[in-house]
Amino acid sequence: MKLKSSWLLLLLVSFVLFLAACSGDGGQKTDKGATDDTESTEESSEGADESASGEKVLIFARGGDSESLDPGSTTDGESSRVTRQILEGLLEFDKESFELKPALAKDWEVSDDGLTYTFYLEEGVTFHDGTPFNAEAVKINFERWADPEHEYAFADDGFVYSMYGTMFGGYKGDEGHVIEEINVINDYEIEFKLSQPLGYFLQNLGMSYFAITSPAALEEYGPDISEHPVGTGPFKFVSWTKNDSIVLEKFEDYRVEGLPKLDKVIFQVIPDPSARLIALRSGEVDIMDDLNPDDAAVVEGEDGLTLLTRAENNFGYVGMNTEKPPLDKKEVRQAIRYAIDKQAIADALYAGYATTSKNPLPPVYLGYNDDVEDYEYNPEKAKELLAEAGYPDGFDIELVMSPTSRPYMPDPKTVAEIVQNNLAEIGINVTISSHEWAPYLELTQNGETELFILGWSGTNGDPDYFLSSLLHSSNKGSSNYTYYENPEVDDLLDRAKRAVDQDERADLYSQALEIINEDSPMVTLVHSTPVLAISDNVINYVPHPSTSESLAEVDFAN
Amino acid sequence: MFAYVMRRLLMLIPVLFGMTLITFSIVHLIPGNPAKVILGEGAPAQAIADLEERMGLNEPLYVQYGNYIMGLLQGDLGTSLKSKGEIAQEIWPHLAATMELTFFAMLFAVIIGVNAGIISAWKQNSWFDFLAMVFALIGVSMPVFWLALMEQWIFAQELGWLPAYGRQDSRDPIAEITGFYVLDSLIHLDFERTITILKHLVLPSIALGTIPMAIIARMTRSSMLEVMKSDYIRTVRAKGGGQFLVIYKHALKNATIPVLTVIGLQTGVLLGGAILTETIFSWPGIGRYVYEAISFRDYPVIQSGILVIAFMFVIINLIVDILYKKIDPRIKY
Repeated sequence: MKLKSSWLLLLLVSFVLFLAACSGDGGQKTDKGATDDTESTEESSEGADESASGEKVLIFARGGDSESLDPGSTTDGESSRVTRQILEGLLEFDKESFELKPALAKDWEVSDDGLTYTFYLEEGVTFHDGTPFNAEAVKINFERWADPEHEYAFADDGFVYSMYGTMFGGYKGDEGHVIEEINVINDYEIEFKLSQPLGYFLQNLGMSYFAITSPAALEEYGPDISEHPVGTGPFKFVSWTKNDSIVLEKFEDYRVEGLPKLDKVIFQVIPDPSARLIALRSGEVDIMDDLNPDDAAVVEGEDGLTLLTRAENNFGYVGMNTEKPPLDKKEVRQAIRYAIDKQAIADALYAGYATTSKNPLPPVYLGYNDDVEDYEYNPEKAKELLAEAGYPDGFDIELVMSPTSRPYMPDPKTVAEIVQNNLAEIGINVTISSHEWAPYLELTQNGETELFILGWSGTNGDPDYFLSSLLHSSNKGSSNYTYYENPEVDDLLDRAKRAVDQDERADLYSQALEIINEDSPMVTLVHSTPVLAISDNVINYVPHPSTSESLAEVDFAN
Repeated sequence: MFAYVMRRLLMLIPVLFGMTLITFSIVHLIPGNPAKVILGEGAPAQAIADLEERMGLNEPLYVQYGNYIMGLLQGDLGTSLKSKGEIAQEIWPHLAATMELTFFAMLFAVIIGVNAGIISAWKQNSWFDFLAMVFALIGVSMPVFWLALMEQWIFAQELGWLPAYGRQDSRDPIAEITGFYVLDSLIHLDFERTITILKHLVLPSIALGTIPMAIIARMTRSSMLEVMKSDYIRTVRAKGGGQFLVIYKHALKNATIPVLTVIGLQTGVLLGGAILTETIFSWPGIGRYVYEAISFRDYPVIQSGILVIAFMFVIINLIVDILYKKIDPRIKY
């Protein structure tokens, strides 16, 4: 009995404590409200960007976390967005386009046969850990990517340099591997010998994936390099809280005088786009990427916020497997192109932030052919072509898609439905089937689909990455999902890949696009324009089509 | 008692073993392939095969499972395919984030829920009872993501009182000790930061705690009403016991058992990680950790993540069972 009542007393006391805590909590809440109120008025007068110590801190809100901070071993855009600030390559892209600019290499020469590239490196540059930057460091990095046996390749820890393999034709010892040898001529001069000419060799070097890591850091951290990036870039790595934030701080000895302007940059993950916009509107973050196009009007109408767009660097399409009847007939494929109302899709799904596309290549690219005749919406013409091909009454076909939203295709399901309706008008009866992303890709790669919805995004800013990947017959079974094969196109693409003169390349790609337009292996739908929003306080921020832009010059007004 | 706890802990072994078997088979039955995800769209088949070999994915499933279990027995939760880091190390900050949020969400749910339930039962059919139960009904049926977005909109954007996202002010991060930020800031004796961190907890705790709160309130009310009808309460009243004494001393204790069950179950559910709440408030918790792993087909993280969640669930249930006996000595094990 005694025990019982003491237990009861304990229970009672704990409830009283709960209650006290409750009212205490309530009291605190009003307190908090009050302090926060004064804080927020202070903030608005001072500018939300400055922390207590007067440091300039920029918070960049994005939808997903980085995979790895070792740029060579990832293909993830959220990773290179961050590593772009920490590490630099030999070359870099211009602010708004894929035009090349010097970075760690101040100058370069190409031999007439296109097989020898000589780079003259910036002198007196140091990595964040104090290691001097030189030709030897460049060589170590390239060898690390090319050779899985290299001491810093960390292959046993699961490191794969797939972007290197894609861009330079494979790895050390592979037949297609273009970098035959790398010679250090002196500390600031390095020579790349190629086994065959590669038209976009320089273009590759501008990609943030081929940025140079400090050799001393590779030795020190080993495979942990993916969480301890050390480069020569404007910002130094400070910390990474997974699924939350990555903090960078100013590198005082940056090679460019006066840069960077900011003291700290924080990449903050806020997965939900609505929550991200709220965080921007309440002043908790300064830049938000991946704005929902439907919210663009809200941002435009709001004082203190600015809407920005990135140049188009992708396209979405309805692919047609050119080996499956009746899609093996050119007239049928052309009929389908005429029957689909691209403009309606652009208007319905992208809130106006998309342009219809006629080439499987974004307009900013080398060789973009503006003269090809667009297949404008014309069901009558489509019917004629169908009749010509021997299908006056249409046919049944399956359209396969994955509901996963992609940058070039925010809502594949609705696109599929619009296509279904459009094709019904010319007598083609479409059944839609939906798969999860990974198995969907597998089906399509294996050529087991008839119609499918896909797209492609650029990385190195070179047309080869679009046209050869998607339409060269050697890529059947991997990225040539339409199983398109035209020897003439193959030949033009091969020549363009090997040519070093950029005008010549542009001409070859234009010719290829002309033929592709006639053959119509795919219905090119739209190039989508990614939108983002920033606080008016932020200046000099220029979005790059690759989604990775340098923040070195970004600053706060006032 | 000790023997009982030991017995329960021993029973954990087959439960967790079964858990590993189920998650392992489900994970490997989902179509998709991590090697393909890592290498990206359009990777050559040879590269994929090479990577599979290096990651040990080409081994027969029973060998892979055997390796996994052997690792677990040695306390090794495995290595993430995506980040290449040790899962045991990676999982802790996420787990701590979820535990901290769960604690405050349940604190909110229990304090409000139990008291609202008691008062509703006490003043049955009064306006308070009516109002509280309508709110409880709304609370149970309200979509969490909607509540969360409304909170953010009102308290972060319009009023500017509370932060909209995260566990702390990311401009001024804390030096972590335990991973529980409130505790860490108290250890640092940095009370200003404690306030900031508590402020970050308010909105997600309310969003996450609303459903448990409503369930607890309804359960407390009905349980209290039942106890209030029993003979011994009438006897206490006959002896002249005041209403407060009757309720809090005599009735509540017997009404607690079902309420405790609900609290335990709800805590377990919240500890499993509330993906919606964690996503909207960008809370780096275990729910998001496992969720991101699923889209990447990061098998070891999915398996070990679910195992840890299951373990927490079982432990919470054990604690609840022990508390039963504490509250009601008639319960024998």
